[in-house]
Amino acid sequence: MNTIGGGFFLLILFFTTCMDLFSSFWPWYVCGPLIGLYVPAMYLLLNKHFGISSTFRDICAACVGPKADYFRYNWRDNRWRLLFVAGIVIGGFLSHETMTTPAESQISAHTLKELSLLGVHDFSTMIPQDLFSWKNLASVQGFILIIVGGFLVGFGTRYAEGCTSGHSIHGIATFQLASIAATICFFVGGLFTTHVLLPLILQP
Amino acid sequence: MYLIVLLLGIFFGMILTNGEIISWFRIQEMFRFDSFHMYGVIGSAIVVGAVAMMMLKKLNTKSIRGDAIAIERKNLNKGTIIGGTIFGIGWAMTGACPGPLYGLVGNGYGVFAVALLSAIGGALAYGLIRNKLPH
Repeated sequence: MNTIGGGFFLLILFFTTCMDLFSSFWPWYVCGPLIGLYVPAMYLLLNKHFGISSTFRDICAACVGPKADYFRYNWRDNRWRLLFVAGIVIGGFLSHETMTTPAESQISAHTLKELSLLGVHDFSTMIPQDLFSWKNLASVQGFILIIVGGFLVGFGTRYAEGCTSGHSIHGIATFQLASIAATICFFVGGLFTTHVLLPLILQP
Repeated sequence: MYLIVLLLGIFFGMILTNGEIISWFRIQEMFRFDSFHMYGVIGSAIVVGAVAMMMLKKLNTKSIRGDAIAIERKNLNKGTIIGGTIFGIGWAMTGACPGPLYGLVGNGYGVFAVALLSAIGGALAYGLIRNKLPH
């Protein structure tokens, strides 16, 4: 009886700790190492590399079929990858539902100030909803940020054969020159957008 | 096996959300060198990944299916440079690389479904004009 009671107590303790965990932000030194472990985990479980942007190719291959050489392969071999990204969507949903303490923003004051000078005012969630909304999608600004931005992410990651996960994390962790070069280029592009393009896009 | 992959995906989505890796502001902060957060995430992921991979190599570990671990080799060519820069430009616009694009949709930011579809469209466009691009 005592064992059951004790077990029950531990179970409740476990769940309350979990709820606490889920409801708060996790620091970088928790998230980073956990993400790093996905590199060996993928090799151990499936003998495949950790990478996410390749799912864009799989989805194209599944939807449009072999219209181009690039999509002429058996995407069904990569079904695990599609399952993985489906999991990301579900995980995002779960976290969103369980996070009870929204955005106690620890975003640097300097960044917030710079952004507010550019006309960004909604800092209440993880996304500036004054830019990323259905309403704004119809404007030139929203079109560039959401549609053009998304297009460049898909086009660029496939052209470079990888994204932040495949190159910056998996590639550098396995000491690949191409991935170091790719990551430097990711940054060059990102810095260009942030410091040159964004002021032009945000200021009407 | 599929169940484990799905669970790993779910947990990954939670890391991306709870770690604010899906945050547009965190990406802005990174490109403005205003915070260590994203550098900490990516940097420690690389270090842990590298140490773990070195251990697997040293111990000559096989995958659970019993085959020798074959590390995916990435080619360094013009595409790495041009494509990488193109991705970077898009990354700072959407504030999301491919993983967070999926994560944001799950978080209920519906308009990012459009960004995700657009990214798939970008991959489609690349596939169609690939032969004409420098590599």
